[in-house]
Amino acid sequence: MNPSWWDWNHAATVFPLLLQGFKITLLATVLGTLIAVVLGLVVAIIRRIAPTIIRNPVTWVVEFIRMTPLVVQLVFANLVLSPYIESTLAIGIWVLGIHYTTYMAEVYRAGIDSVAKGQWEAATALSLPVARTWRAVVIPQAIRNTLPALGNYAISMFKETPFFVVIYIPEMVRVAQTYGGDTFRYTESITLAGLIFLVASYPTSLLIRRLEKKLA
Amino acid sequence: MPDNADNAGQPGIPHIEFRDVVKKFGDNTVLNDLNFTVAKGERVTLIGPSGSGKTTILRLVMTLEELTGGYVFVGGDPLQYEDRGGKRQRVPDKVRRRTTTQIGMVFQHFNLFPNMSVLENIIEAPLHVMGLSKAEAIPKAEALLEKVGMADKRDFNPSQLSGGQQQRVAIARALAMDPEVLLLDEVTSALDPELVGEVLTVLKDIAEETDISMLIVTHEMQFARDVSDRVMMFDEGRIVEEGAPEKIFSSPESQRTQDFLRAVL
Ligand SMILES: Nc1ncnc2c1ncn2[C@@H]1O[C@H](COP(=O)(O)OP(=O)(O)O)[C@@H](O)[C@H]1O
Ligand SMILES: [Mg+2]
Repeated sequence: MNPSWWDWNHAATVFPLLLQGFKITLLATVLGTLIAVVLGLVVAIIRRIAPTIIRNPVTWVVEFIRMTPLVVQLVFANLVLSPYIESTLAIGIWVLGIHYTTYMAEVYRAGIDSVAKGQWEAATALSLPVARTWRAVVIPQAIRNTLPALGNYAISMFKETPFFVVIYIPEMVRVAQTYGGDTFRYTESITLAGLIFLVASYPTSLLIRRLEKKLA
Repeated sequence: MPDNADNAGQPGIPHIEFRDVVKKFGDNTVLNDLNFTVAKGERVTLIGPSGSGKTTILRLVMTLEELTGGYVFVGGDPLQYEDRGGKRQRVPDKVRRRTTTQIGMVFQHFNLFPNMSVLENIIEAPLHVMGLSKAEAIPKAEALLEKVGMADKRDFNPSQLSGGQQQRVAIARALAMDPEVLLLDEVTSALDPELVGEVLTVLKDIAEETDISMLIVTHEMQFARDVSDRVMMFDEGRIVEEGAPEKIFSSPESQRTQDFLRAVL
């Protein structure tokens, strides 16, 4: 019952530690998603209506962030910001959120483009102010088409939180590694960490697929 | 700043005026030096072959298209451009919107907001443009729904309605702003034939019960005959002939009008 490569005692010891790390993973995913959802919309609207003077720099920054790896951004941001921001976790969450902001902005852009021209025209015919047109007509219709993509990005953010390891944030995979380093037993901790990821993301992805079908 | 509502009633000031209007799409000149007026309370129908510029005229009044040259006035107020010290200047959006609140438009494809219920569609502008409270806007919307025969559908989504029903809601939505000018662009063209009648009946009632000035584009010649005070025949962006509907439909002078009417009647 106890093969040499698997030790249930180790598994039982590391499991609660992993769950502690998992809390950080979840927190990072939720807050990162929140940041990406809000900032992504702001970026998409800026890129649509702002004058070129503002739009161009925003576009360059967005392209730059999208074209460089998350890991590099984490290390770089930590290097630059750690003298000013005490919490490495806060830095990690912002980097993750802003990284995905660039993807969400693209999703919103497509969503905004998918709103029929006649909707804008009806808003003009009713003399709705521009801000109200966005808030009441365009954004609700644009967002409806972005929900599945949003869900998929949330899952992929979730799966990228282990990169936090490069700036020593004690999320689940870092906990698993530390435990392995201390005890020379990696198998149990890493296997369990993987299983916890699977158990969390698989039902979520099924849910998103159902949502996709419902919206289609 | 003159108040449009007062001007509109003054004799001598046309309710809508096109003055030297030019509209180009790229190199394509659609309207070239167009001049005409619509009096307060007058119903004018534009007829003419497809591509002659009828929709463009309505869209210019609704500020959905930008004028290339000339001026459009509504109630005496310049709508898109004004002459300031001998220079043609763009009217700022805020001022434009003050004028366009008096103008309502009904589209060929209804353009109801699919993310809102029937009632929400109708109260949207009264709440957020006219500044009515819900307590004021809702009873008014319900009365309008009653008028267009859609009272029982107030909580439906547009997607749950037939084309004719959607168009009647769109008419109620335009009327909820108490427009003084109503623009109707082929409002029955997208409907199945059996649904055309219900929409035209509603419009005829409104024409009888109100004194809203109307600029109408339609292929329904009987409807045009029934509601119009004047019919303008367009071809290639120019008025070929105009007059009372009886005259235009019964004894048109221009060969173009005769050919057009023979083709559509
Ligand atoms: N958005 C546009 N871009 C380019 N050309 C246009 C546009 N809208 C209309 N036109 C052109 O303007 C002319 C008049 O169109 P329109 O006003 O729709 O005519 P009608 O309503 O009488 O059929 C047509 O030649 C049409 O191709
Ligand atoms: Mg047309």
